[in-house]
Amino acid sequence: MTAQIITLTINGLQVSGLASETILQVARENNLPIPTLCFLEGLSTQGSCRLCMVEVAGSPKPQPACVTLIQEGMEISTHTEQLLHYRRKIIELLFSERNHVCAVCVSNGHCELQDLAREHGVDHIDFPYRYPAMTVDASHSRFVLDHNRCILCTRCVRVCGEIEGAHTWDVKNRGIRSLIVADFDTPWGSSTTCTGCGKCVHVCPTGALSEKGKSVAEMLKKRPSLPYLVANRTLEH
Amino acid sequence: MPREELKQSGERQRQFLNGFAHHILVCTGLGCLHNDEIIRALGEVIATQGLEHHILVRKVGCMGLCALGPMVLILPEEISYQSVHPRDAAEIIAALGKEPVQRLLLPPNLPFFSRQQKNVLALSGRIDPENIDDYLAVGGYNAAITALTEMRPGDIVRQIQESGLRGRGGAGYPTGLKWSTVAKAPGSQKHVVCNADEGDPGAFMDRSVLESTPHSVLEGMIIAAYAVGASNGYIYVRAEYPLAVKRLKLAIREAKRHNLLGHAICGAAFDLNLEIRLGAGAFVCGEETALIESIEGRRGIPRPRPPYPAEHGLWGHPTLINNVETFANIPLIIERGAAWFANLGTEKSKGTKVFALTGKIKHTGLIEVPMGTTLREIVFEIGGGIPGGHTFKAIQTGGPSGGCIPAEHLDTPVSYESLNELGSIMGSGGMIVIDETTSMVEIVRYFMQFCMDESCGKCNPCRVGTAQIHGLLDKFCNRTATEADLATLEMLCQLVKNTSLCGLGQSAPNPVLSTLRYFRQEYLDRIVDPAPPHLENQP
Repeated sequence: MTAQIITLTINGLQVSGLASETILQVARENNLPIPTLCFLEGLSTQGSCRLCMVEVAGSPKPQPACVTLIQEGMEISTHTEQLLHYRRKIIELLFSERNHVCAVCVSNGHCELQDLAREHGVDHIDFPYRYPAMTVDASHSRFVLDHNRCILCTRCVRVCGEIEGAHTWDVKNRGIRSLIVADFDTPWGSSTTCTGCGKCVHVCPTGALSEKGKSVAEMLKKRPSLPYLVANRTLEH
Repeated sequence: MPREELKQSGERQRQFLNGFAHHILVCTGLGCLHNDEIIRALGEVIATQGLEHHILVRKVGCMGLCALGPMVLILPEEISYQSVHPRDAAEIIAALGKEPVQRLLLPPNLPFFSRQQKNVLALSGRIDPENIDDYLAVGGYNAAITALTEMRPGDIVRQIQESGLRGRGGAGYPTGLKWSTVAKAPGSQKHVVCNADEGDPGAFMDRSVLESTPHSVLEGMIIAAYAVGASNGYIYVRAEYPLAVKRLKLAIREAKRHNLLGHAICGAAFDLNLEIRLGAGAFVCGEETALIESIEGRRGIPRPRPPYPAEHGLWGHPTLINNVETFANIPLIIERGAAWFANLGTEKSKGTKVFALTGKIKHTGLIEVPMGTTLREIVFEIGGGIPGGHTFKAIQTGGPSGGCIPAEHLDTPVSYESLNELGSIMGSGGMIVIDETTSMVEIVRYFMQFCMDESCGKCNPCRVGTAQIHGLLDKFCNRTATEADLATLEMLCQLVKNTSLCGLGQSAPNPVLSTLRYFRQEYLDRIVDPAPPHLENQP
């Protein structure tokens, strides 16, 4: 079967792609940036952060670019006023959910949530902070899990299950009480499945997962040097 | 078992039943208390008087009028008794063939019964749900046998399409279209799934159908599986419905024994295995992609659609998912024809619909009416109006995904379209009547609490948005809300509605939006004045 080539327009620009490609893939290939948070190239997509939502002409609701396959003749807008409003509000919701105090965070200055907030002009939050009482799991010898900074993107869950093959991480509870847990909700340090590889730490977009011993703003995620993600990407193609 | 043997089984049961002068039918639905004691008491009286060959006591399913349960029906006289107590047994038996017991008599021609049109519920409260012969005796499984032995799968799909049946689970997607998509989807392995994860507060339609006529659901599934080419099926039923689960298990076992399930069903070249899967109490598992995840053994969280389950469902195979009531309609359409069904209801919403009436209404219970019946008929004629001299304020349809419809729209004929226009939805059929003593803001906060608790937590707008909306509604309930809160509330509702991943989040703001539309003053009345200066929160 020959690959089906599809042409479409994104923000008025005519572009082309394969029928198996998503809107996000084609947009990034053409240097048309779409913000993402749960998405990480090399991991499975789940369309949960809702930041990559784009408008597709003829569709009543915005569609997540990371999981929507391109179709012939699609007319896509990635940065309408409505979309920018939704993105800003979703970022605000994330800030309001837990205790994101940038000034004392290990990832200050190197945080994807912070970057997105800056890009979208989030200089204040319209929602009341929920200030939940969250714990910090520092039981692991080399890493720390700080639930206060977690945005439940589940990149850690996916990288651990899909790349490392350990499936140490998963989510317990549901809704606003959702929590990342190691194994069957044990302290990370006593996990019997964790290999200590540190992949979860480096795919984490915020300061929720960090290396021990890092102080404020010292935690740099070494994303570009994660060869296993690139390898996985190559395998998929 | 060949067709003839099934017919003989039914015939034998008919003769057995006809051998008794009187039948005493006792409702054994989950809602009717004391029913075991009533049956025991009746049995004891019959035994002491030596009337075993004269009077037959039968356990049957729900008769519908739950408010006056436990109900007892005397056949062939068609006398209904209400609120029966075990100590009434002797009196009931003494009155057989004579003047009925006035004290317990349900007034004849009660609009609750006379205004209904029962199709799906026709056998509910008339047959023993735990006895397949009872179902066979009234022509049960005839439709399945006809479909399997005389019809081609394509003919069945066409019949369902022509009938105009739409999914009874909530969204109202055309059933025939769904069937034809699954039938045409490529793949040697296909599945059929019955969604019995009914979870809307105040809704018990599916529970009652499963408890009263489980075989009608199995029969619908057999026909559906044959029509779309599925050889494997699941009934996803919530574990909170123990009686429904018990009766389904029994029904599956009996159907297998009669070769209505399993290998070469009724001699046709068609196999179907059915299994029960128990839901562990998550509302979101009624969403079809979450339901699939749950059957596959994972956390019940929705997947983005497309791909739709019709093409890429259970384990990647084409999967037909229909609701309990949808399946229960199928044998009727096959038996009586698509034209019969298409003649019922409105132009775009065909057939009859089962509704669960609850809240501030006299006749709490289960009803079935043609689509197009007005809300006024449902509430005031069938439902008997509002008790205690109170006045009607609103009717909440569609559960936590639905909306509140005020008195000025009571004359709206019920259909998928008309309820959508009013900012509510048909949903699975729950109807909660609200009188003037209830605050709309408080009832909406209850529904939002439900959505917040039941959000799976996967997508950000639903997980955090429902919690923030709930917090704002709290402020309105406590009379500490400001005008800015009202604006934020409206903005958040639009955000959650338009950006959530699945139907739960997309519809969660509906109760707020519909009450802001019809009962805005109640929100305004709870705003403190003057508004305190807006505090800006620095991230």
